[in-house]
Amino acid sequence: MAEILAVSVTGLVKTYSAHSAPARSRAGRPVRRRDVGGRRRRGPREPGGEFPAVLAPSAARPAARADGQRPAGGRVRAVDGLSLTVPVGSVTALLGPNGAGKTTTVEICEGFRSADAGEVRILGRDPIADAAELRPRVGVMLQAGGMYPGARAGEMLRLVAAHHLHPLDPAVLLDRLGLTDAAATPFRRLSGGQQQRLSLAMAVVGRPELVFLDEPTAGLDVAGRRTTWELIEEMRAAGVTVVLTTHAMDEAERLADQVSIINHGRVVATGSPAELTRGGAEGQLRFRAPVGLELGKLLLALPDGTAAREGPSGHYLVEGTVDPQLLAAVTAWCAGNGVLAEDLRVEQRTLEDVFVELTGSELRP
Amino acid sequence: MTAADAFGPAGELSPAGPGGLGAGGLGAGGTGAGGTGAGGTGAGGTGAGGLRGERLLDLRPAPGAATRARMFAAQTRLELILTLRRGESVLLTLIIPVGLLAFFTAVDVLPPDSGRSVDFLVPGVLALAIMSTAFTGQAIATGFERSYGVLKRLGATPLPRSVLLAGKTAAVLAVEVLQLLLLVAVGFALGWDPGGGAAAVPFVLLLVVLGTAAFSGLGLLMAGTLRAEATLAAANGVYLLLLLIGGVVFPLSKLPGWLRVLAEGLPTAALSDGLRHALADGDGPGVRPLLVLAAWAVASLGLAARTFRWE
Repeated sequence: MAEILAVSVTGLVKTYSAHSAPARSRAGRPVRRRDVGGRRRRGPREPGGEFPAVLAPSAARPAARADGQRPAGGRVRAVDGLSLTVPVGSVTALLGPNGAGKTTTVEICEGFRSADAGEVRILGRDPIADAAELRPRVGVMLQAGGMYPGARAGEMLRLVAAHHLHPLDPAVLLDRLGLTDAAATPFRRLSGGQQQRLSLAMAVVGRPELVFLDEPTAGLDVAGRRTTWELIEEMRAAGVTVVLTTHAMDEAERLADQVSIINHGRVVATGSPAELTRGGAEGQLRFRAPVGLELGKLLLALPDGTAAREGPSGHYLVEGTVDPQLLAAVTAWCAGNGVLAEDLRVEQRTLEDVFVELTGSELRP
Repeated sequence: MTAADAFGPAGELSPAGPGGLGAGGLGAGGTGAGGTGAGGTGAGGTGAGGLRGERLLDLRPAPGAATRARMFAAQTRLELILTLRRGESVLLTLIIPVGLLAFFTAVDVLPPDSGRSVDFLVPGVLALAIMSTAFTGQAIATGFERSYGVLKRLGATPLPRSVLLAGKTAAVLAVEVLQLLLLVAVGFALGWDPGGGAAAVPFVLLLVVLGTAAFSGLGLLMAGTLRAEATLAAANGVYLLLLLIGGVVFPLSKLPGWLRVLAEGLPTAALSDGLRHALADGDGPGVRPLLVLAAWAVASLGLAARTFRWE
């Protein structure tokens, strides 16, 4: 089993493509593609190689839209030409501002909506045509609702468990998610966080191969968030493939093997959190030292293209390609000048920096 | 094999280390066995730890759909529990019919030519009960389930839609059995004397099934196309209208001629009249009520199947 789920979305709503592929070797981590600005670089592909899934955006894809939002028909495309490939056994986060098209994307994968163009393959199957075959294998957590308002939490979970052949024990799952005390509470009287956790439980209880979690931690308190994160990490360890949407950077950074940043219905970047934050190679080196260092002389000791400035009260900032050589050059210069650099630290770009860079400052909270 | 070779692996398995060394004279084979033994112990320990934490979840994928019978049973059970738990649905399906039966039996406002009032009222109220469960209650509940995303969510589980609908129907039939038992008991207590006797039972069951099909079709047609709030209003409005012109608590003959013609084509009047005739003499309801109900059932279920939107 080496299904890969790939999605390529085009058109009014969206498109996905996914192909089933030979099992990837257990040892190797999947190689990830970077996909920035809509241009995709393909890695080396051989039959059965590291890229079992290939997404081809639909050939019928319309030309780029002028305003980025309104195609000729006047309808807004929630997702347009979005491609996505999910390695088996990984956690993939779709990260984007509200309205970016994350839910639309997930709902196409779940078979709730159809794409106008392009190809979607979930576990090698079509999410709509092969729905009956996929439903036992795919767990779904909707963003909200989906419960009989009068049903108790335990009843709802046992109902979904009864639809599956080898379900988890609902009582154990409720306990695990801190819902034991709420098991006899009707859904409409559960707190928002309890409703979220119950919804997560319903996605997981059938022991699926693949789960789609639409904003699994939205509205959760710190403890609920941690519980959810731990369960997701355990699922990955157990071999479950997880696709989740979020607009929380820390969540994507902590959980995801692969992050796809989505904006205006397109994937603007894909990679592991480390790859994304390393991308651009720019970094900052900060340290404190006595006021008034001669930065001109420091720069002579540093590679071309490096900048340095003094902030308030002896805080210094060196910007450039931060690598071991730069660090060594800075500390060597300080040592040579009898300067004690305190509080020296390399500042990595955070996922948030990348996100803001790619999606503009339009953080739509 | 040197002693160092033997020591290396044994040293890594620290608990087995001394044993491995002690057996060093036996050579690497002995050490290897010791190491294996230690490994086995370690695994056993882990296993015991797993058993002690009996709340562990085995999240490894094991997908599969339950049997249809199991899904059907679970779905029917929950639908039934939820229906009986809703106060308004108990009011609508049990309390109002029983109340109407008792009230109009005690307060005799029926025209003198329609026989004993309780004999007239029991079939009418049975028809009302079927309508309240299969149409009004089901339309409202399903409408809200649709708006709350329940139907969408269940659509993402292995539950086939046919089993979902079968479960709903079974729950409706179960409530109807409760209603029939209760109303028949209250009717007898009020002096009801069905002339048809046991011979009427097959006809009554046939009429109930046809009526349930017709009213379910109408309820699902409404629930699957209108907003939940609109369904709530419309289902209650239609219920009241059909209570008045459905031959439930007073005969159709009291209606103005044009309205009577209209009313006779509606499923409520067909059901109440059919039940009345079947129960009166056991000769059967006649063809017309059966045809009217069957036509409504085919039309409404067919239309509902074409137009139903699941979200």
